Amino acid sequence: MTATLETSAMTTAVRLTGVHKSFGAGRGAVSALEGVDLSVAPGEFVCLLGASGCGKTTLLNLVAGLDRPTAGDIALSTSRPAVMFQEAALMPWLTASRNVELALRFAGVRRTQRRERAGELLELVRLGGLGDKRPHELSGGMRQRVALARALASAVQGSQDGSPALLLMDEPFSALDAITRDVLQGELLRVWRSTNTAVLFVTHDVREAVRLGQRVVLLSSRPGRVVREWQVGDLEPSAEAAAIEEINTSLREVISSHAAA
Amino acid sequence: MPQPDVVDDESVAAVEAGLDALDTPTERRRRFTWRRAAAVVAPPVLAIVLLIAVWQALWAAAFWPEYQLPAPAAVWQVITDNVQTGVAFDVLWNSVHRAVLGFAAGVLIGTPLGLIVAKVRIVRAAIGPLLSGLQSLPSVAWVPAAVLWFGVTPSTVYFVVLMGSVPSIANGLVAGIDQIPPILPRVGTVLGASRLGSARHILLPAALPGYLAGLKQGWAFSWRSLMAAEIIAVSPQLGKGLGAFLEEGRNLSDMPTVIAAIFLILLVGIGIELLVFRPLERSVLRARGLSGAF
Repeated sequence: MTATLETSAMTTAVRLTGVHKSFGAGRGAVSALEGVDLSVAPGEFVCLLGASGCGKTTLLNLVAGLDRPTAGDIALSTSRPAVMFQEAALMPWLTASRNVELALRFAGVRRTQRRERAGELLELVRLGGLGDKRPHELSGGMRQRVALARALASAVQGSQDGSPALLLMDEPFSALDAITRDVLQGELLRVWRSTNTAVLFVTHDVREAVRLGQRVVLLSSRPGRVVREWQVGDLEPSAEAAAIEEINTSLREVISSHAAA
Repeated sequence: MPQPDVVDDESVAAVEAGLDALDTPTERRRRFTWRRAAAVVAPPVLAIVLLIAVWQALWAAAFWPEYQLPAPAAVWQVITDNVQTGVAFDVLWNSVHRAVLGFAAGVLIGTPLGLIVAKVRIVRAAIGPLLSGLQSLPSVAWVPAAVLWFGVTPSTVYFVVLMGSVPSIANGLVAGIDQIPPILPRVGTVLGASRLGSARHILLPAALPGYLAGLKQGWAFSWRSLMAAEIIAVSPQLGKGLGAFLEEGRNLSDMPTVIAAIFLILLVGIGIELLVFRPLERSVLRARGLSGAF
């Protein structure tokens, strides 16, 4: 019934067992997720793929602790997963650096350490020297990188006890233009390799899922269930193209099944 | 299927730096020039000059008797006389320090009240409509009641000022909080903010523009409530404020004093707006990139 925190040594960053989520009650209840089983290994990059209305975001909210499952169990190895949303959602009155520091402030980190850590993280997302800029002075891609740095600040903080940290991303690049998106995907991979963070990445873009993920999980729509999984890590270019083709076909099947219903 | 356009790390960095340079919003910083300063100052000055000219013309045409419409020069005479004898400063100090004290108390009461009304559903249901209603109730209506409760004492004056300012300040904060994009408190939650931490670091700063608008209105209501109270409740115990100064002019059928008092009341209102609230609002909006209004 509840999201639990297991302190014993775990081999997963997050494990969902039979997770159900419905909104409303009685006859009008809408079932968003039905019996979802999914686990992400420490350091693994998993892409959650599905059409709109498949409950991807609902699932992410459950893992993030923003909502509670109706039934089922979510076991997290970290006290608090980091979350990145579709919009950067930076505090408009704070500078880039202060926005990153905010995550550390809530974790009780002292001021001088906060400064230092925020500087390092901005450096990591290649925004060193721009810490004094406010969100409205930055481009959309730069804002999203500040949001990534902020998320990492809370993720790494969550893993200080040695357990693997988890980064949840809800279509973080979908509002960006194609060139910026391409660059940021590369940046995310670089940051992921250098931080060892497990990532659960929600997207509706098959190419993005295959490019980024080691594993792609396809969800059906209304109610959301896991349909199929593909291992897509370290594929040859030709194999990658084939995988995209195959996953695309499956996604289309899932979507067209709704036309008849 | 083509490979991603950007592959190795160095070229990513280069492309990214290029994108950053291209995409960064350019901000026009406008520098001070005398011409621009003149463009700001000239229209209101011209309006005032025109107003006085019309007034002078009406007075010269003798449409109304002298005791109803005195000459601009007569009013100016009253003001300079009172400034020279120091009465003007006493009167101004008396009123302004009361208004500021009353307003400060209004902020201390209105802020937590607004926060509770905005965030606690049952409290909002219970007193939200009342709070909005009180905002439209002219606070001069409280004067008779306050006189019966407290007598003609400073308590009466402060009570009326509070009843004028608290609803505006609280409602401003409620409106400010209601307009916060819901994503911001969610960010606070996923960053692990406590309720208090979220209020301190997210809700209050996010609500600041609305809160500031409420403060501004709260000050205006404080000031006019104070004037109403001073006009009605006159006693030696209260000292002579601007309202009493005005009332005294009426009792003596001294129209130049009445107009001079109105002028001073207006002057304080405009002065506080220009010296306190305008710069405050400007800096808050500028910091958020909302400087379109100025």
